[in-house]
Amino acid sequence: MRKCMERLFNGLFKENPTFVLMLGMCPTLAVTTSAINGIGMGLATTVVLVLSNIMISVLRKVIPDGVRIPAFIVVIASFVTIVELLLKAYIPSLYAALGLYIPLIVVNCIILGRAESYASKNKVIYSAFDGLGMGLGFTFGLTCIGIIREIVGAGTLFNMAVMPAAYEPLTIFILAPGAFLVLAFLVAIMNKIKIAGGKDTGVGGNCDELCRNCPNTNCGGRTLAGKDAD
Amino acid sequence: MIGKLILIAVGSAFINNVVLSQFLGICPFLGVSKKINTAAGMGSAVVFVITLASFVAGVIYKYLLVPFDITYLKTIVFILVIAALVQFVEMFLKKKMKGLYQALGVYLPLITTNCAVLGVALTNVTKDYTILEGVVNGFATSVGFLISIVIMAGLREKMEYNNVPKAFRGMPIVLLTACLMAIAFFGFSGLK
Repeated sequence: MRKCMERLFNGLFKENPTFVLMLGMCPTLAVTTSAINGIGMGLATTVVLVLSNIMISVLRKVIPDGVRIPAFIVVIASFVTIVELLLKAYIPSLYAALGLYIPLIVVNCIILGRAESYASKNKVIYSAFDGLGMGLGFTFGLTCIGIIREIVGAGTLFNMAVMPAAYEPLTIFILAPGAFLVLAFLVAIMNKIKIAGGKDTGVGGNCDELCRNCPNTNCGGRTLAGKDAD
Repeated sequence: MIGKLILIAVGSAFINNVVLSQFLGICPFLGVSKKINTAAGMGSAVVFVITLASFVAGVIYKYLLVPFDITYLKTIVFILVIAALVQFVEMFLKKKMKGLYQALGVYLPLITTNCAVLGVALTNVTKDYTILEGVVNGFATSVGFLISIVIMAGLREKMEYNNVPKAFRGMPIVLLTACLMAIAFFGFSGLK
């Protein structure tokens, strides 16, 4: 039980996929035009992450090592298709808002990263909690960015007006450049806190940007992304 | 016919730039844009793979998925096709074209997880493009990627000499640069 809670905490804060690992940047930037879209995308990813982690953990002794990546991709793609069809049937408004980015959950590096570095080596129950923690951490990150962009860019929060009537919305925040701008400032704030706390950013020194030949399988591309954050 | 193709090409290379307005392929855009040489290598590998993948995916969709009425499997089929294609291209280049392999080889395995490839294949299908239009769209989209990653690498090489505030070093300043580039690319929407 304790290990389950540790996994949840790990995904939410210690290795938060959005702010610490900087994984899954495409949906993070693309769908966070409003808080509700951020939550929707985050939860859809969470569902896929938990299910695929469970499935891969169950099959971890069956899948031969040589073809594990294609096998993982098929498992993930199947769950993504299920989620896509469910959203289309029951929440068509969210399906329309997220559009192309729902099938693209397949190539979200968080999911393949967790499958490779955690679920394929650990017990089912821990893998499920690991997926839940990571998914909720991702949802948390997306929602934060979505809330900021929606308040500044449209003057609303969850479609309710929160700013005074005299407030003129800065539309650029819900357009493409605003996504880069908000994420830049959020990461800068995180860096500032880290510098003040004197903590190591945890970036490995000898990453040569060639993940194929890299023996460090726990990185999941993190060092490559993190190299720019040091 | 030609007019429509040009419209598609300009639209996907500049107006709806794949990185700066559709946010596809952000990972290589941020990760492999430190030097102009590597950025150009990555960009060319992406052009090569996306153009080929949009052709193969288009053919499979039209002659396999539609006749058997299994289009709902398109995500699974496309991602497998792309993964297999990347492997195949890598093996082919290694055997037959040593020079090209040395230039592009190291970037190829990274491309499978580049969401721009799957994104283009799916866009071609949702927009009902013919196979030729799909290939043109794929080529133009990836040229858009090449342009933006090379510009970004050029800017980052210059920024090496700048005195950036401590908290903004690394990722934040890169994201800010991308923000300014996205604003600049908004100018192209006047072309419509």
